[in-house]
Amino acid sequence: MNTEIKSQLRAIVGDRWMMDSPHDLYTYSYDATPLYQAMPDAVVMPSSVEEVAAVLKVANQYRIPIVSRGSGTNLCGGTVPTEGGIVLVTNRLGRLHEIDQENLTATFGPGLITADLHKAVEAVGLFYPPDPGSMRISTMGGNVAECAGGMRGLKYGVTKDYIMGIEAVLPGGEVVRFGGKNAKDVAGYDVTKLLVGSEGTLAVVTEITAKLLPLPPAKQTMVAYYQSLSDAARSVQRIIASKIIPATMEFLDQATMEVVEDFARIGLPLDMKAMLIIEQDGTDLQVEQDIARMADICRGEGATEVRLAQTVEEGAKLMAARRAALSALARVKPTTILEDATVPRAHLAEMVEQVDVIARKYNLQICTFGHAGDGNLHPTCLTDERDLEEIHRVEQAFEEIFHAAIKLGGTITGEHGVGMAKAGFLDLKVGPSGIELMKRIKEAFDPHGIMNPGKMFAKSDRRRVVVKTHACTHEHNHA
Amino acid sequence: MPAHTNTTMPNPNLIQLLDNFDREEILNCMQCGFCLPACPTYRQTGKESASPRGRIALMKGVVDGQLNVDAEFEDNMYLCLGCRACETACPAGVPYGSLLETARDVVERNKKDIGEHSFLRDLLFEEIFPNPDRIDRLGTMLWASQTLGLQKLANKMGLINLLPRPMREMQSAVDQVASPWQRMKRESVIHPEPDASQNLRVGMFKGCIMDVMFFETNQATARVLTKAGCEVVFVEEQACCGALHAHSGEQNGAKELAKRNIEAFEAAGVDLIVNNAGGCGAALKEYHHWFHDDPQWQERAMKFVAKCRDANELAAELFSALEFRGELPGVRITYQDSCHLAHGQGVRAQPRQLLRSIPGVEYVEMMEADRCCGSAGIYNITNFDMSMEVLDEKMENVKSTSAHLVVTSNPGCLLQMRKGIQRAGCEGQMEAVHIMDLLDRVL
Ligand SMILES: Cc1cc2nc3c(=O)[nH]c(=O)nc-3n(C[C@H](O)[C@H](O)[C@H](O)COP(=O)(O)OP(=O)(O)OC[C@H]3O[C@@H](n4cnc5c(N)ncnc54)[C@H](O)[C@@H]3O)c2cc1C
Ligand code: SF4
Ligand code: SF4
Repeated sequence: MNTEIKSQLRAIVGDRWMMDSPHDLYTYSYDATPLYQAMPDAVVMPSSVEEVAAVLKVANQYRIPIVSRGSGTNLCGGTVPTEGGIVLVTNRLGRLHEIDQENLTATFGPGLITADLHKAVEAVGLFYPPDPGSMRISTMGGNVAECAGGMRGLKYGVTKDYIMGIEAVLPGGEVVRFGGKNAKDVAGYDVTKLLVGSEGTLAVVTEITAKLLPLPPAKQTMVAYYQSLSDAARSVQRIIASKIIPATMEFLDQATMEVVEDFARIGLPLDMKAMLIIEQDGTDLQVEQDIARMADICRGEGATEVRLAQTVEEGAKLMAARRAALSALARVKPTTILEDATVPRAHLAEMVEQVDVIARKYNLQICTFGHAGDGNLHPTCLTDERDLEEIHRVEQAFEEIFHAAIKLGGTITGEHGVGMAKAGFLDLKVGPSGIELMKRIKEAFDPHGIMNPGKMFAKSDRRRVVVKTHACTHEHNHA
Repeated sequence: MPAHTNTTMPNPNLIQLLDNFDREEILNCMQCGFCLPACPTYRQTGKESASPRGRIALMKGVVDGQLNVDAEFEDNMYLCLGCRACETACPAGVPYGSLLETARDVVERNKKDIGEHSFLRDLLFEEIFPNPDRIDRLGTMLWASQTLGLQKLANKMGLINLLPRPMREMQSAVDQVASPWQRMKRESVIHPEPDASQNLRVGMFKGCIMDVMFFETNQATARVLTKAGCEVVFVEEQACCGALHAHSGEQNGAKELAKRNIEAFEAAGVDLIVNNAGGCGAALKEYHHWFHDDPQWQERAMKFVAKCRDANELAAELFSALEFRGELPGVRITYQDSCHLAHGQGVRAQPRQLLRSIPGVEYVEMMEADRCCGSAGIYNITNFDMSMEVLDEKMENVKSTSAHLVVTSNPGCLLQMRKGIQRAGCEGQMEAVHIMDLLDRVL
């Protein structure tokens, strides 16, 4: 990128908010996904939709890739600037504009931190259910672009179920708005929903209107410990078959329990093979009834111990520990590769067992935890990126895991998105015609292909490639 | 930040330094970003390079040979407060504090290698901190200028403007220091009250600057401990703890000081070594890590470390022996954690327990009490502007407690809170005080 373009960008966002020094660029060369890294040419932090539009115009004119970035916590390589270009960071667009208590909506900038939205709406007795494990860090823009899920997905759905309106900037700099506060709105294609989950490949989201619910008055948390994986999985199936839909139903296997305990010290029984964390919310009476019935079911399916959290704090602590599961796994080995295979929940037990078989076949340490209630599993491989031979086995194992999930009627990603990590597997799920259609949609939005290039659609093979970083081999002369 | 062009090539020997322990630990960072919301410099700037995840990535870049140890790397490493809030937040257990120390050590050695010297640094780290006598003399000079009204005069005449702005700004938070006579009169052993039930012999770790600027707080700490039944010994041969050296990339200097302290307290034959400065305390408790490549000293360090206690820890442990003689009716108190006490040493409950038990007080917990106030060693001198930004955000939380007393456990934080109270225009309604001074008043 030449100095002329850079000074145009500088003029748009201001000196302080346009960065191109080697170390600054380096810190936007990665996200939370292991193994992927590539250097951008410039980083901009716009503070208004007008600035975003102006940046995009420049990018479009010179055909420079644009990578939108919230907090960079995605797990699919979604913000790695594989083809260089401009990283557009949204954290200065993080204002909560409005909580509309009459229409039950909230309107805010994409840089708003998910947990801050939760806090603000809960303070007035309202509720925004999607709660990705990363919610204290992730931005709402990132949540929208990945269609993030979370632990309440089973009962309340995921991000797309709450996004009612979006303002976005198209690559040419045009500002568009779709949806809004109307509970019913069928004017044309549902572009709002199309943008949810679009992973920054179509447009930059600059404002979001989300649906809110009344905050449930009561909540109760319980845990059940099991001597066998299939007892736990059967409990999940029986609970749903009994027509109870808990707010949360999380699953942790033994290996995951061990590391979580090591971090959070909450007294997990480490001789158990699996545990479920179950939460119900609603009215006092309903919560009490449902929890009692679920406890009975768990015991009936072989749970060796079932415990109810005695206080709200105890419940919150358990949930916080679950949220830390992934990072806690990182204590064991240098590199932690987490996947996101999802199956219809009736096949949960089968899937967990298959992961186990595949791990043994490739002689890998794979811990599994996840959102049992919605069949969304996170088999996580503990490995070492320096051991290339092992990384190769990891690739093979995950490929088999994806095939297994598809065979059970599942999908290659439940909530983390395709990005780079799963671009090679998208056709497994949507087929060649599906890919073609998606590509045509992309072209309609982004004729020059500048929006987050290299994501979602695979170039050729299906390997998880360790991207050779061209950090500093790239010339960065900014004199 | 302007792009630096004066890149210096990394020195392979230096990179080697990072290779063993640190490289493993750097790789253990899985870039999840859980540490981001905990980091004050990230909150102020919104920049990844000012976040823990970013700084660790930069270290990795250096280790992998993708980045140079240059002025930009230096700036990024020194913009960090070293508050270690990120360590508490990190589920992967990455020991950020020690990574930072190594990174700064690499920066400093690299600069020495290429013959880049800083007069101020050399003065501070080679001439002043290692020499208690010189600190003592500086203390006397400070006392004299305060007593003769020179400080006020200098203020009035604008002579003060000769000082660099950060020092000029911070001096307004400095209290009158103890006179040389007061300091000379100190007895080296203070005996417990006769009816005391304990028979612990406790060595006071005085701290270098602490013992000059906060002489009275050291005395108060000793009195609190004697009231709890301890015999308190002021060991003469002790030196500065070495924390400032270690945090500023002077690992060798830090080790020399550590050795002197280990020897001094071994010779003193004490049961415990107690200190009242969170920053010093965290360093003292890490001596065994400093000697990870020197088994003999490591063993001696381990014994030393096992004896180290923060004054809060010890006072809380001996709590049953403490008897409150005074009370503070209707006084609202809040507590500002010292980063190195809370995140570094895990001491959070004890000071709160002590404060809550003072008869008459109303204790209010501050929002995000354990977020750094921006003092961070000499950070408020070296990075004055960022330090004040962090402080001003902190003061919003302090103000909303409406406390009369803001209590701290570290001299640096105490000064900073005084500065914060001035900046927030709360003088007269609010006072900052060290917990040991407060306890001394009511015990
Ligand atoms: C420990 C941990 C736990 C996690 N748990 C969960 C979980 O439970 N559920 C879940 O779904 N995910 C989870 N994630 C993944 C991740 O947090 C989510 O994908 C999150 O939505 C990303 O938000 P972000 O702000 O970090 O976005 P980023 O990572 O910065 O970006 C994600 C994608 O969004 C695009 N994007 C960002 N902002 C915009 C915008 N304004 N306009 C257009 N495109 C944009 C980017 O280009 C990129 O493709 C977890 C991650 C971690 C590290
Ligand atoms: S929380 Fe720990 S593992 Fe996560 S990015 Fe920060 S330092 Fe790395
Ligand atoms: S030590 Fe404090 S300032 Fe430095 S990276 Fe960690 S949280 Fe941020």
